[in-house]
Amino acid sequence: MMNKKMGFLVLIIVIIVIMPLVFNPDAPYDGADGRAVDAIKEIAPHSKPWFSPIWEPPSAEIESLIFSLQAALGSGFICYYLGYQAGKKKGKDLA
Amino acid sequence: MAKKIYLTVLVLGLTFSFSQPAYAMHIMEGFLPIKWAAFWFLAAIPFVFHGLRCIEKKVQEQPSLKMLLAFAGAFAFVLSALKLPSVTGSSSHPTGVGLGAILFGPTPMAVISTIVLLFQALLLAHGGISTLGANVFSMGIMGPLIVYGLHRGMVKAGCARNVAVFLAAAVGNLVTYLVTSLQLSLVYHEAGGITAAFAKFAAIFAVTQIPLAIAEGLLTVVVINFLMKYNLTELQALSVLGKGGVNDE
Repeated sequence: MMNKKMGFLVLIIVIIVIMPLVFNPDAPYDGADGRAVDAIKEIAPHSKPWFSPIWEPPSAEIESLIFSLQAALGSGFICYYLGYQAGKKKGKDLA
Repeated sequence: MAKKIYLTVLVLGLTFSFSQPAYAMHIMEGFLPIKWAAFWFLAAIPFVFHGLRCIEKKVQEQPSLKMLLAFAGAFAFVLSALKLPSVTGSSSHPTGVGLGAILFGPTPMAVISTIVLLFQALLLAHGGISTLGANVFSMGIMGPLIVYGLHRGMVKAGCARNVAVFLAAAVGNLVTYLVTSLQLSLVYHEAGGITAAFAKFAAIFAVTQIPLAIAEGLLTVVVINFLMKYNLTELQALSVLGKGGVNDE
């Protein structure tokens, strides 16, 4: 029962994420950063950033490499922890 | 009750499928004047220090909590890396700080957010070093404070655990971006004044973020339930889930 309920929640999450791509397929889905700058320029046309990033990923490929590294590191630990806890409980229940 | 929530989620999601393009993320490098950048650093620092002390104390009391804390950190790490398509036609990402705030209280998340934001500022040019204070303040302090307060309040009021977790995490996600709007509008406003600028930024931010906030709220519910199932003793040691909450469902 519990698992079914949680599975249903996960399904809704997937739907929420996919829905925009289905109903609004022609939208650019570009990164936010550029648009934020546009909006600020609109309000304050003469504003200029006074500091620029120390290092920027040289290409979109490298950027996505680092983003996926971030996600991989995080989810690696998450899955390790969840598996560890599930196994620990199983071991306890058997003992 | 549960069914009603699912329905609301679907309806909300569909409603926002046809909105205008927008953006929503952390404040970019160099876009806060020095005095504002300094102001937000000063505002954030006490919370980060309190968070460090709080973590130290909790880990000393129960060393096994270290793993759970790392888990909450990893959760924020993953979610901030996931730029998801939003129904407004642009992409934004959840913050993932709700889970940790519910488990550990608000200020430890200031520490975790600082780490996540530093990583993204240094390696991804996402957010920034000069705007780190402001971004920690929105994602690591105001968001978690609201999550923690809402969750505690609802549990005390006898709200079902899942509902409390969902609403707290979802609203906390939205609050982060509302604070970002406020921070931007304090600097960038026209003759209409700060309020008008805030309304402009917030309208853009909030709409993009709503479906992602809902997704984050639901995911936090799933994760908390998993932890409840396998990790009850540590969660009880944290005594954040409410006494009655442990046995329901």
